[in-house]
Amino acid sequence: MLLRPSLQLALFASLAAALCAQDKPLAIVGAKIIPIAGEPIARGTLIVQHGKILAIGSAETIALPPGADLIDGSGKVLMPGLIDSHSHIGAGTGGDGSGPIQPDARVLDSLDARDASIQKARAGGITAVNVMPGSGHLISGQTLYLKLREARTIDDLLIKLPDGTNAGGLKMANGTNSIRATPFPGTRAKSAALVREQYIKAEEYREKITRAKGDPDKMPARDLGLEELVEVLEGKRIVQNHTHRHDDILTVLRLSKEFGFKVVLHHVSEGWKVADEIAAAHVACSVIMIDSPGGKLETREADWRTPAILEKAGVLVGFHTDDPICDSRRFLRTPALAVRAGMSRKGALEAVTIANAKILGLDARIGSLEVGKDADFVLLSADPLSVYTHVEQTWVEGRKVFDLSNPHDHLYAVGGDGAGDPRRAHLCCFTSAWDLIADANGGAQ
Amino acid sequence: MKNVIRILALFVLASSPLIVRAENIAIVGDTIYTMNGNPIKNGVVLVSDGKISAIGPADSVKIPADCRVLKAAVVTPGLIDAHATVGLSGLLNQPQDQDMWEKSAPMQPELRAIDAYNAKDTLVSWVRSFGVTTVNTGHAPTALISGQTMIAKTLGRTADEDVINPAAMTSVTLGRNGLTFAEGPPGSGGGSAAKPPGTRAKAVAMLRAEIIRAQEYAHKREGKDESKRPGRDLRLEAILRAIDGSQPFLVTVNRQQDILSALRLAKEFNLKIILDGCADAPLVLDEIKASGFPVIVHPTMQRTYEDMENLSVETAGKLHAAGIPIAMQSSYEGYVPKTRIVLFEAAVAAANGLGFDAALASITIDAAKLLGIADRTGSLQPGKDADLALYDGDPFEYTSHCVGTLINGQVFADGPH
Repeated sequence: MLLRPSLQLALFASLAAALCAQDKPLAIVGAKIIPIAGEPIARGTLIVQHGKILAIGSAETIALPPGADLIDGSGKVLMPGLIDSHSHIGAGTGGDGSGPIQPDARVLDSLDARDASIQKARAGGITAVNVMPGSGHLISGQTLYLKLREARTIDDLLIKLPDGTNAGGLKMANGTNSIRATPFPGTRAKSAALVREQYIKAEEYREKITRAKGDPDKMPARDLGLEELVEVLEGKRIVQNHTHRHDDILTVLRLSKEFGFKVVLHHVSEGWKVADEIAAAHVACSVIMIDSPGGKLETREADWRTPAILEKAGVLVGFHTDDPICDSRRFLRTPALAVRAGMSRKGALEAVTIANAKILGLDARIGSLEVGKDADFVLLSADPLSVYTHVEQTWVEGRKVFDLSNPHDHLYAVGGDGAGDPRRAHLCCFTSAWDLIADANGGAQ
Repeated sequence: MKNVIRILALFVLASSPLIVRAENIAIVGDTIYTMNGNPIKNGVVLVSDGKISAIGPADSVKIPADCRVLKAAVVTPGLIDAHATVGLSGLLNQPQDQDMWEKSAPMQPELRAIDAYNAKDTLVSWVRSFGVTTVNTGHAPTALISGQTMIAKTLGRTADEDVINPAAMTSVTLGRNGLTFAEGPPGSGGGSAAKPPGTRAKAVAMLRAEIIRAQEYAHKREGKDESKRPGRDLRLEAILRAIDGSQPFLVTVNRQQDILSALRLAKEFNLKIILDGCADAPLVLDEIKASGFPVIVHPTMQRTYEDMENLSVETAGKLHAAGIPIAMQSSYEGYVPKTRIVLFEAAVAAANGLGFDAALASITIDAAKLLGIADRTGSLQPGKDADLALYDGDPFEYTSHCVGTLINGQVFADGPH
């Protein structure tokens, strides 16, 4: 270590303080709780410790652990941290202009954990997010599912799966965004043919690995792109597929069925035309709500009623910001506009919580306030679907990552001089938050 | 019971989308925001011949027997979008419907919105479906001088039928979007810097030179020897109208140094200007206030990048608190959403310091005053145009609906949206 002794001491002190904060139980008392799992609780108590939910229920029935830190939630609304199933915060990138199929490109290798957009997402109540590469490729790369903990580096944001790998999906797209000049496809049929060809290659690659039975001499040469597609074929990685027009949606369903991979449809501007087909395929949708239709030919028939129509057809509906397309700080506008256009209130709130957790395959850990799940929650000034409501606090794994009453956080929430400067992001942690949590929980999460 | 009435009103609206304007209509509202005094609880607005003929509490206004009756929880004046691009910037975002940006030269004040406005573009009826009845629309803030705006009702007929003022303002843009390198998508590094203006200082220099040329032109046009007078120059005439105050410059500026440049120019040439955008306004509130010029504030939810990176949802509230006249706008979007809805932009401002009353004023009476059309729009008063918006709840709430819109007494039901 090249650190000066004083700095080492500071680091140790900070680490100890952080661990202490995790050790002590925290109780939020008196808020209206919308747990998503179950009916709202008029005056509830939520107790969290070691980054997990210890107890939840009506204030009358939940006893406070001795020595617990208390937060008075009276008059406020407490709900699970919001999950955004499609975002571009952190200024990440994926594949480049060299070709339409780049599953080897990882958003992991490009993301700036200190970008202002990440703190703005926290200000919007977002605690987990699927950060994707863009939609200009048939396959633009590997996405990352992140927890918006306080972060020095990208490592602090990662979600580790039981096998030690980073949680994430595969970004695919069809329609006009990925139809470009050579070497990109020029038509829709060519787009599908290229994808089909690639998945056949992945199937053959997987077959070679199976036949090698672990013999290194018989293994095929490593192919980083095909490795990822094999993960998709084996259901370990969900395809997150940008698609607008109804015929493009059906093409995605066709390919998914043909190769047996799990897929989520994103944007689905014309999903309202093929809701029954989507429902029959048991495929989930992540919908975006834009203030007006159009802006491109594929979205000329985008309709605010899509979430309601999909809900009615029995489709699992989530929402996304596509930040910077929609501002993460106003993510709750999306479910509210869906309710305006006929979606149930229950379905709309689920769409930014548990439905999105399912869409990312993380519903065992996040998306609702239940004992044993991660202590990710937001404290709101009033009803989540009102324009007058403010996100007051955002908590990830039992640690506060946003507080509207803090002037620095307030700047990111409302904007103002310096809010656009990523270099002003403040740092609370001197070590990986993930390591702290892992230590506190005695190993892998 | 109230709900039944609302549903009934909705049904009536939906079943007869277009009504001749001579019809006599009574609008019964649980709350009527007249924007001329206190709101009226349980009030009535009478409409005849396209004008408001009476307004007041239900017990003081007799509804004539032959009247068509519409009911709503909330009634407001038709909304006014003080700076839009709808009708020029079309839904499809294809070359055939994008008339808001002429790229052939940096200064083209001779371009008129009325020569491009497509009253039948879907986006016009889209904004109307949220209660927007009047727009000040034109070329986008994408060139140093991009063209002249027009004020139109969102009736959706033709430019000539719907127009209120065919030449309201001339759009000037300082800062990044007024430079030629702004051409090209954000982050692309822009287009050719060889074509001026490539810098802020150059842009202002070009503008000053053009204004001086206009002044000299005016002087020569008044020369005694008719044979020596120059031929008419539409470009310079448009600039002269900002000097005589009949057609102000709508100056889009976001960085604080650009706001100050606009004020400096106005002072040097005694220009009448309206400030537009003003993301950095909180940094120069005193200077804006001292200038006396009003501000059409950027959309509250506009994206935060480049000159707008520090924009704040509280800016509208701060300008208002400082006593600076404001209006809200939908502005211009090159991608999605192809148009914003001024109602929503005002709503977020309302929730972030501006407050309900001032926010509603910023898209009704205050916008009307700023656009010089308060004699006929912006508030519900006898004699004014029968432009009204009907809602089933607080107009600013995300989950409320616009259940009907009246323009010149003509009923539209584009929703419920």
